[in-house]
Amino acid sequence: MEQLKTIGRELAMGSQGGFGQSKEFLDLVKSIGEARSKAEEERIVLHEIETLKRRLSEPDIPKRKMKEYIIRLVYVEMLGHDASFAYIHAVKMTHDDNLVLKRTGYLAVSLFLNDDHDLIILIVNTIQKDLKSDNYLVVCTALNAVCKLINDETVPAVLPQVVELLGHQKEAVRKKAIMALHRFYQKSPSSVSHLVSNFRKRLCDNDPGVMGATLCPLFDLITIDVNTYKDLVVSFVSILKQVAERRLPKTYDYHQLPAPFIQIRLLKILALLGSGDKQSSEKMYMVVGDIFKKCDSTSNIGNAVLYECICCVSAIHPNPKLLEQAAQVISRFLKSDSHNLKYMGIDALGRLIKISPEIAEQHQLAVIDCLEDPDDTLKRKTFELLYKMTKSSNVEVIVDRMIDYMISLNDNHYKTYIASRCVELAEQFAPSNQWFIQTMNKVFEHAGDLVNVKVAHNLMKLIAEGFGEDDDTADSQLRSSAVESYLRIIGEPKLPSVFLQVICWVLGEYGTADGKYSASYITGKLCDVAEAYSNDETVKAYAVTAIMKIYAFEISSGRKVDMLPECQSLVEELSASHSTDLQQRAYELQAVIGIDAHAIESIMPSDASCEDIEIDKNLSFLNGYVQQAIEKGAQPYISENERSGVSSINNFRSQDQHEALSHSLRFEAYELPKPLVPSRVPPAAVASSTELVPVPEPSYARETHQSASLPSVSDAGSSELKLRLDGVQKKWGRPTYSSSASSTSTSSSHKTTNGITQVDGVSTSNSKARDTYDLRKPSVEISPEKQKLASSLFGGPSRTEKRPSSGNHKVSKATEKSQVSKAAGAHTDAAVEKTNHEPTPDLLDFSDSTVTGTAPSIDPFQQLEGLLDQTEATSTVNNGPAGASKTPEIMGLYADTPVSGLSSSVGNPVLTNRDDFNLASELSNATRTSQVGVSQSNRGPNPKDSLEKDALVRQMGVTPTSQNPNLFRDLLG
Amino acid sequence: MGIRFILMVNKQGQTRLAQYYEYLTLEERRALEAEIVRKCLARNEQQCSFVEHRNYKIVYRRYASLFFLVGVDNDENELAILEFIHLLVETMDRHFGNVCELDIMFHLEKAHFMLEEMVMNGCIVETSKTNILAPIQLMDKTY
Repeated sequence: MEQLKTIGRELAMGSQGGFGQSKEFLDLVKSIGEARSKAEEERIVLHEIETLKRRLSEPDIPKRKMKEYIIRLVYVEMLGHDASFAYIHAVKMTHDDNLVLKRTGYLAVSLFLNDDHDLIILIVNTIQKDLKSDNYLVVCTALNAVCKLINDETVPAVLPQVVELLGHQKEAVRKKAIMALHRFYQKSPSSVSHLVSNFRKRLCDNDPGVMGATLCPLFDLITIDVNTYKDLVVSFVSILKQVAERRLPKTYDYHQLPAPFIQIRLLKILALLGSGDKQSSEKMYMVVGDIFKKCDSTSNIGNAVLYECICCVSAIHPNPKLLEQAAQVISRFLKSDSHNLKYMGIDALGRLIKISPEIAEQHQLAVIDCLEDPDDTLKRKTFELLYKMTKSSNVEVIVDRMIDYMISLNDNHYKTYIASRCVELAEQFAPSNQWFIQTMNKVFEHAGDLVNVKVAHNLMKLIAEGFGEDDDTADSQLRSSAVESYLRIIGEPKLPSVFLQVICWVLGEYGTADGKYSASYITGKLCDVAEAYSNDETVKAYAVTAIMKIYAFEISSGRKVDMLPECQSLVEELSASHSTDLQQRAYELQAVIGIDAHAIESIMPSDASCEDIEIDKNLSFLNGYVQQAIEKGAQPYISENERSGVSSINNFRSQDQHEALSHSLRFEAYELPKPLVPSRVPPAAVASSTELVPVPEPSYARETHQSASLPSVSDAGSSELKLRLDGVQKKWGRPTYSSSASSTSTSSSHKTTNGITQVDGVSTSNSKARDTYDLRKPSVEISPEKQKLASSLFGGPSRTEKRPSSGNHKVSKATEKSQVSKAAGAHTDAAVEKTNHEPTPDLLDFSDSTVTGTAPSIDPFQQLEGLLDQTEATSTVNNGPAGASKTPEIMGLYADTPVSGLSSSVGNPVLTNRDDFNLASELSNATRTSQVGVSQSNRGPNPKDSLEKDALVRQMGVTPTSQNPNLFRDLLG
Repeated sequence: MGIRFILMVNKQGQTRLAQYYEYLTLEERRALEAEIVRKCLARNEQQCSFVEHRNYKIVYRRYASLFFLVGVDNDENELAILEFIHLLVETMDRHFGNVCELDIMFHLEKAHFMLEEMVMNGCIVETSKTNILAPIQLMDKTY
């Protein structure tokens, strides 16, 4: 023990392996580590900011100290505080010659700054210089920085160098250069469009790391444009085959699986390339089938690869054998106890049922289990599956379930999502209109404010248009039931605005239609709504218009109208409203009530919301009047384009200057400004304008003669109404003049037909939804029992409706062969050029003869070791003097082959045993034993190691027995 | 894009490492981290290691007191990301030897360097532990 402490002390003193940082840094980490609450952490960080400001203002800070300050700044930002006061120091550090300092500088800058920050420009030069460095590690560091810091404007500054580095002799550099190019492509595809061929070339790189990295940009490229890359199918298949056959260096193995992350990316790419392409797909069947067979199904990573296989199989042209294999894996996933596997299984099932819908049935109970699981993630995934398998026979059950779940949610983001799904399914598969309306009511009631307004308009439209058939009784039944349901709901507190709008509109239009409810009852309810939601102007507007309609229908059917007192007071209140729209509606209501039944019938015909309204956009009926006015000397109308070219100076000039209004350049001098003179508007026009619209400003003169035409409208309408001019003025006036009320204040000609046209889109919105509302008999029975639920979900007719899997099989290109041989040729060239005479794994070669299975000789790390003059293959034993003292421990660890315990945890992704998770086996690369017990009894070096670390940190004053012992727990131990 | 961010957060919700692959302001990061951590801490060990949050999917894994959280796009293979986390921990373990939370705190920049080797532009680019650690060990040697 004493000895261990000594070792610890030595480590702490040494600059390597130990914590060679200053007391201040240690204290900072210690106090953050022991902070009990966010508030305490805040205090520490605020204090740290002050300290750093002080320290950074000191002159001549040693470089190592500066590095530490920079890392402390990273802490400050990571913990949520602004460190911008010291960004410049991080920028300066990137200029340093020392690699560690430089890299720390780049790291800090990339953590602090977005790529459009002003300071970036100070770094571009450094990056350019570093990209030319002889030290490949410096180049790598600069390329890392390129990926983080270069934006589309600075791309040209580094692009040539990056392209050059694609051919660098170090594979690490080539890999990062590829990724830098990938970054440029992400930032601005056009800047590198001419360089895309480099990605193809690097796919044949003889370093597997470079090849693996190249798959990332290729995946992006193929996602956007599949067809250009069809020729690479053979190459990808060949690479995947070789990876699966363990031709890559051992170091890429992960839990005994050969390069699983590369396999997954390749499968993703194949899925893209094979989608809807039979010929390409056929080339993939073999290798995917092989992977299905080879993959270790007991490990997480094996299952991850298998899942990717399923994704691939369900994306490409279907192959019965592969589908069967996929189905087997899915059923294993779904039967697993692990929630993670169930989740993947549900997702995979959702992909596969598009191709073979029948496989869902055998998993009904598993699906129901997942649906009823308390785990939200699993539940949502299952809803996604249900969404994909919805048809008219099970839509009711599914949507009901969704709505129930939606009601229970607090998370608005997901609530919106699931509400829109409900609406979509209901619109697409609704078995009856009745059901549709009820479903919509529920959605609106519980998620109204999250639903697109269009949905509300669709619903109103459906109620107004009915079945679109001649069955009037059914239509009126539908409306009556809608009215009834709304009268029931209307009393509930806090209904969403959109829903209230629907309610008001329907009550106004159909509230009294079946004679069941009296006008005063309905108007009373509407008044209540307007009062209860007095902050919501849209709802109030809907309510007032609805009241107006009710009264209008009453009058036109010859009954006497007694306005309710609350109605009266509402109208009075609104006529003094700040909202011009509400004011207008209130005045209209009063006006409508005052006129006779005959006139009302033409203004507000009942149930006419679906009738087409013809709008004479040119106002041709005014032509005569305009002609008359011009003859009397009025100014002709100037179109808006012409007028917009007129500056305010020109506005009061006479028309003889109109030539000057054109946009061409003027070469003569401008006139001297004259004092403002009253406009020369013909007296007649002025008179009419003042009568109808007060237009005080002279600059409005041109509009006035148009306004003057308005009396003729009222003539035509033969009503005593004084018409509002908002709509008309909108056409002629300044563009902004009436925009505030534009959505509701329409021209008088609209209004003569029906109030509903004011609310945009109702009568003109699309009719897609309605088309599918055939009268389908709901064949499903809802039962609380799982079995029944299952049968209602899965048991219906299994024909797929409306979701045919796309069967667009394109003829693949015939150029594949030549392309491949070209690619292979390019590769061999590269291989020849290489002075390295060691056998390299040839990724595109089909023949086994030239390829060695393990190819350890190209292991870049070994090359590095050669550089370091070290003979031992262990990677951690290069720590210098301090590291040397640590060596025996590590070697002991390595020698201890039976240590294990990893496998059990890997096999079971739920990780019930997390704290016993031991990775020693990974380090020793020993064969795994599957018993956790063994590992526990054999954990010799771990306690020892921990003790050592313990001693070390005690030395620094951090005691594990104090605030936060967790800091010392081995993550894997 | 794939990976959008990688976070290490302890049981108390304190951030130990944060790397974003798309720019978020300080405030956005703060809010995001708080929300995610709250969500993940509320879950038990039987539940999935995946959580949806806004338009991210978060794959998380717990080691001792430290949570590793990776935010990904919707199209990512969650199980593979889960194993990627484990690969990261194994790599750190190889470098630090029985890695613990304190190692990451004292060597924050090294943990970042490892991530820089493994993930670029939000894509997993390197999975060979030897290749990941090589430049870091070389730097240790020279510094």
